[in-house]
Amino acid sequence: MRKVAIVGAGMTKFVRRALETPKELSYQASKVALDSCGLTLDDVDCIAHGTAPDAFDGLHQNGEYMVDGCGGWNKPTMRVYVGGGTGIHAVVHGWHHVASGLFDTCLVVCEEKMSSALPHAQAFFLTIFDSITERSLEPNLLWIFALEMNRYMERYGYSKEDMALAAVKIKKNGLKHPASQFSEEVTVQDVLDSEMMAYPVSRLDVSPVSDGGAAVLLASERVARRLTDKPVWIEGVGWSLDTAYWATRDLYYPRYTDTAARMAYDMAGITEPDKEIHIAEPYDPFGYKALHHLEGLQLSPRGKTVELLRDGHFDIDGNLPICPSGGLLGVGNPIAAAGTMKVCELFWQLRGEADQRQVPGNPRRGVAQSWGDLMQVSSVVVTGI
Amino acid sequence: MQDKVKVAGGTGLSAEDISSGKIFLTEDSLDCAYAWDTGVAINRYLAELKKGRIIATQCKKCRRIMLPPRLFCELCFIPCSDWQYVRDTGIVNTFSICHVHWDASRIGKDEKPHLPAVIEIDGASPGMGIMHILGEIEPEQIKIGMKVKAVWKAEEERSGSITDIIHFKPL
Repeated sequence: MRKVAIVGAGMTKFVRRALETPKELSYQASKVALDSCGLTLDDVDCIAHGTAPDAFDGLHQNGEYMVDGCGGWNKPTMRVYVGGGTGIHAVVHGWHHVASGLFDTCLVVCEEKMSSALPHAQAFFLTIFDSITERSLEPNLLWIFALEMNRYMERYGYSKEDMALAAVKIKKNGLKHPASQFSEEVTVQDVLDSEMMAYPVSRLDVSPVSDGGAAVLLASERVARRLTDKPVWIEGVGWSLDTAYWATRDLYYPRYTDTAARMAYDMAGITEPDKEIHIAEPYDPFGYKALHHLEGLQLSPRGKTVELLRDGHFDIDGNLPICPSGGLLGVGNPIAAAGTMKVCELFWQLRGEADQRQVPGNPRRGVAQSWGDLMQVSSVVVTGI
Repeated sequence: MQDKVKVAGGTGLSAEDISSGKIFLTEDSLDCAYAWDTGVAINRYLAELKKGRIIATQCKKCRRIMLPPRLFCELCFIPCSDWQYVRDTGIVNTFSICHVHWDASRIGKDEKPHLPAVIEIDGASPGMGIMHILGEIEPEQIKIGMKVKAVWKAEEERSGSITDIIHFKPL
């Protein structure tokens, strides 16, 4: 396998409802990523793109519709789709294209436009449940998060305040992100006082509904060294899908994240992830989920994560800063684009280009992870300089 | 390097942009219908539910007694042909108290919250849970680990569906 580097990154603002179409959002993100490394579409050998449920757009085979916005015209183009995992899975997918030796450059583009679906994008998640044994119970998507969060809290004696603290800290980071859809800080009390949606999930425990796009440009070593003196290498990739019989695996621990992370760490030669990783962007659609994923990523001992959180271990100036971007909670959650945004963040952080969000101490290695499908998939990318 | 553009596009719209007619919309409403064949294993599961019983399959190799029953064990990847009845009692593995309908609309003032739970069914392998709902209990009294029992519809009302069990109530 050849070495693969990230050489460019770009994204749109994340907003509740965007004027732009999915195709236009894809173009905007792609263009920024290309411009950031001085390339044009002629320099791009292939495209890896991602968008989550077609149902959001009401456009069947939405990937084909997106293709022009991704620069895919007359180029080898492939879409991957693993729900919320898509944004990082697409980067893994692009990595294959270049690592295999088949292509020297790959533009990875992910986009989501959730605002078109009425009355609310959440309604379309009904169709992820088993059509015969579950859907007749009229489940909604919040059920599975609430069930998982409750199980996780019960297992380790974590409180709702603890979970709120995770959301508050991550959201605060996002206030410094130029693409964030938020402008106001929230407190733990605000989270606890916000509307109870599905106990133990309150409204401010949840990331918002968003529209947006994000893109990264991948290159082989030969091309990367010509383009930049600061390539960010993809040192490891991993992904895993757990069983769709979700009620039969104990929800307190994300086994799929464990498997995916170990695969990526093995490839990267990492044996002590909590010491060798300097920045983590765990997938954080909910505050609890960031902590849950940190345990699966082997970055925090099971059941000790809240203690570390309270001690500032995961703060920007802590031992292991998490979600310096602000994550899904603090920047926004346009599903597929949110995962790619995390990889953009690692690119900027490791190059020292994260402006006001810059993690101090010259971080050299980071991990990003996304999660999706029926609470069963994780995709992980380890990057380093 | 610091002055590079990293973010462009993503133009936020306000409700007024729409209501004032500044932004044009096109609309469509899809009406999709499906009929799902229930498959080899689940068909038997549903037939037994109609009789007021819960049935599982056991894998010959890993010995797991699995719910819902399966044609094949997804771990050992061999066929499952051993059918076993399990009890209609279990323990609450986790639960929620949900104030939101499936389409994100809020429940009305007079409506009770939905009480979804994962219930580990007695007689199946440890941890083998199914999603169902709880009833005949006040939300604040629900505890993880509590014992519950299925409340069945009257025999003539059962249709061969997971909803033949109305809910699970405290035992």
